[in-house]
Amino acid sequence: MDITINKKSVQKGKEEQEVTPVFNINNLNLWYGQDHALKDIKFDIPEKQVTAIIGPSGCGKSTFIKTLNRMVEMVPIVRMSGEIIYRDKNIFDPKYGVEELRTQVGMVFQKPNPFPKSIYDNVAYGPRIHGIKNKKVLDEVVEKSLRGAAIWDEVKDRLNENAFGLSGGQQQRLCIARCLAIEPDVILMDEPTSALDPISTLKVEELVQELKKEYSIVIVTHNMQQAARISDRTAFFLNGEVVEYTDTSTLFSNPSDKRTEDYITGRFG
Amino acid sequence: MTTDKKNQNSIRAMIKENKSRRSQSAVMEKVVPKFFMICAVISIFTTLGIVFTLLTETFTFFSRVSIVEFFTNTHWFPFTADDNADYGILALVMGTLTVTAIAMVVAIPVGLAAAIYLSEYASAKTRKFIKPILEVLAGIPTIVYGFFALTFVTPVLDSIIPGGISIFNALSPGIVVGIMIIPMIASLSEDAMNAVPNSMREGAMALGATRFEVAMKVVLPAALSGVIASFVLGISRAIGETMIVTIAGGSRPTADINITESIQTMTAYIVQVSQGDTGYGTTIYYSIYAVGMTLFVFTLIMNLLAQFISRKFREEY
Amino acid sequence: MALINKESVKKKMGSRIAANNFAKFLFILATSFSLLVLGVLLFRILDEGLPYLSLDFITSFASRLPERAGIWAALVGTIWIMTVTAPVSFILGVGTAIYLEEYAKKNAFTKFVQINIANLAGVPSIVFGLLGLTIFVRLAGLGSSVLAGGLTMSLLILPVIVVASQEAIRTVPKEIREASFGMGATKWQTIRRIVFPAALPGILTGTILALSRAVGETAPLLVVGALAYVAFVPENLLSSFTVLPIQLYNWTSRPQEDFHMLAASGIIILMIILLIMNSIAVYIRNKFHKRF
Ligand SMILES: Nc1ncnc2c1ncn2[C@@H]1O[C@H](COP(=O)(O)OP(=O)(O)OP(=O)(O)O)[C@@H](O)[C@H]1O
Ligand SMILES: [Mg+2]
Repeated sequence: MDITINKKSVQKGKEEQEVTPVFNINNLNLWYGQDHALKDIKFDIPEKQVTAIIGPSGCGKSTFIKTLNRMVEMVPIVRMSGEIIYRDKNIFDPKYGVEELRTQVGMVFQKPNPFPKSIYDNVAYGPRIHGIKNKKVLDEVVEKSLRGAAIWDEVKDRLNENAFGLSGGQQQRLCIARCLAIEPDVILMDEPTSALDPISTLKVEELVQELKKEYSIVIVTHNMQQAARISDRTAFFLNGEVVEYTDTSTLFSNPSDKRTEDYITGRFG
Repeated sequence: MTTDKKNQNSIRAMIKENKSRRSQSAVMEKVVPKFFMICAVISIFTTLGIVFTLLTETFTFFSRVSIVEFFTNTHWFPFTADDNADYGILALVMGTLTVTAIAMVVAIPVGLAAAIYLSEYASAKTRKFIKPILEVLAGIPTIVYGFFALTFVTPVLDSIIPGGISIFNALSPGIVVGIMIIPMIASLSEDAMNAVPNSMREGAMALGATRFEVAMKVVLPAALSGVIASFVLGISRAIGETMIVTIAGGSRPTADINITESIQTMTAYIVQVSQGDTGYGTTIYYSIYAVGMTLFVFTLIMNLLAQFISRKFREEY
Repeated sequence: MALINKESVKKKMGSRIAANNFAKFLFILATSFSLLVLGVLLFRILDEGLPYLSLDFITSFASRLPERAGIWAALVGTIWIMTVTAPVSFILGVGTAIYLEEYAKKNAFTKFVQINIANLAGVPSIVFGLLGLTIFVRLAGLGSSVLAGGLTMSLLILPVIVVASQEAIRTVPKEIREASFGMGATKWQTIRRIVFPAALPGILTGTILALSRAVGETAPLLVVGALAYVAFVPENLLSSFTVLPIQLYNWTSRPQEDFHMLAASGIIILMIILLIMNSIAVYIRNKFHKRF
């Protein structure tokens, strides 16, 4: 097995920088029944950076991001091979529980999906299921997470109201706050702004920039300007394969693969 | 930032620390699904219990009364010395079928007409007014219908029908059972007709068809399986109905039916025995299980038939 | 030459429209028949029942003298039966629904359970009485007690609660389950903290409607051996009992007109109880309707 890449150097901008990868993905294959959805995926995801995944619809972006916290296994017909190493541990190791993995690797979904509970209870949900009951601690976590998701000022006076009363953009930031509340190590985002208006999108993008100081972020997006604006590295997926994976400025200014170039110049997809 | 950092570490640490609790919750994860599965299995045991109960007690009954007599004798007369007793189920079956037939004569036309009206003619506002009334009718306990049959419908029939009518008779409970079933047939048939896509109606209307023609030639044929299934379910309900026929039908089992005279249904017989002081272990005691078994088979066949009809001929739109 | 003779179409049009109008008239007539019946039924019951209705009627025991008879024993008996039936049928029904919707794999066993529940719903209530008589009264040795009656009723309404709960659970969107799993929640945590609370209004509505059916049921309890004439209230789960519908049946089946009037008074009480239960169910349904 080649875990030698574990601490390899990752190109970042002009200067060489020693970056620890949080995920090493090796020869990952995934099938939905007979449908080969991910083919020999092999790359590393760096710590405390934003990694964008782009590609045409149906190329496997969501599938890929959902394998990182094993949510993809909720589809019964899924089969997988290969390995995903998260901080030196193989996440497919039977001894490594999915709940533990998902505590470390949080997820924000395409459509805002708050629980039908109060704003407070939404954010406190994660800490509570992980056994934190102390009211003072919870209060603190809720405030900190809501501040972290840049929504505190908008909701601080209505914490006990139902989360469904918030606007779509607020709901999505609430979902981010909910995710922050258990202080994950990695945050996965699957097209988090596709259901939002431009202003809410901008807010979430700024938020991502802020969050990468503390968290490693993997974000799927259909919007190439968005990938260019907010990510450090970008992977281009096509038909279940990684065509190109490099730092974002290189990928957009000087793609090495013809297919990448075609895609980013809008010739297909 | 530094306090933030500390706080952050503390939450992560607290979650890690709580991992030890996990073993306890892991036990829950194993036990809880087992408990729910037991709940689900109880519904199967209920069915098994019904079949087992009816079969064993019926078996005992047939060790005392010949099965041939049960099916061929046309008299049912158990309340006498054991060797004079008659156990011909036909007399009770005829009572049940008579009441069911009368009920369907009432319930099918009225229920279907109401369904057509609600799905093809009525405005949303009218529907909003009528549907709760049907729900109320469906929710009235059968004891109330029984009271209504005995104290109102029977006297009315008595004054209408030349020559009068016995105080206990087949006609009155038959009509009232029919009334009880109307909401069921109306709502199930309406569901079936509502499932017919509007494009089919619009197609016919665009050719100049009247609503009546659309209802009869387009919607009803398309919804036919659902409508017929609702009739069959109605029949099953009528066969199993107990209190209305017990109160207003009387207790004179006979295969020689006159709808203005007293009869007895299978269900009414079971009630009659339960009410009396028949001891455990007597032939009469076991006879209610033989009757119950017959009743169960009748309704089971009807229910399976209804499922078969609505599955087999399910329209694909 | 025109293929369609416009004249004859026009001529037929009149009769077709007339047919439509006549049919519509018949359909409305049929629909109004239900309204009429409901009206007559309610009028008859109020007309006969109001004279005997009083506080004494509610708080008195049954009596051979109509003017002194009341429904106290029956009312208390009904409440006793419900205190057994409500929790038992709720736990079994919701448990079954959660198992079928959340845990069960889509295999032959699951399908069998599902079909079995559909068929149980169609079994006549009196057959459940025979089941209760053999299993609870005789085999389990409970006698004709509150417990035996309550358990029999639980099994009777179980299919209704299961189906209603399944529907309620199915309306909980998959997205919020995913959100919970995505935070590292276990399956049971997700069910208990997210799915169950979200489905609860629907489950409660279904359960209350099912219980209101049980309140009005007579036949199974008659078979189980509930008494028809009781001048005491149950003391514990093993006491013998009567319930409201059985008391009404007893009065209805007596020849004297006075007892019929008593029955009508009792029916008013029974219908009020059902009305209250249904109103609560409808209130819950409307209050929590469409949250997703
Ligand atoms: N639950 C599933 N069952 C079967 N096949 C699936 C399932 N989910 C996805 N697929 C298939 O896997 C492939 C990749 O799907 P995926 O959802 O990962 O694409 P995507 O890149 O996220 O697309 P989009 O941009 O539209 O979200 C597609 O061909 C899709 O049909
Ligand atoms: Mg996707």
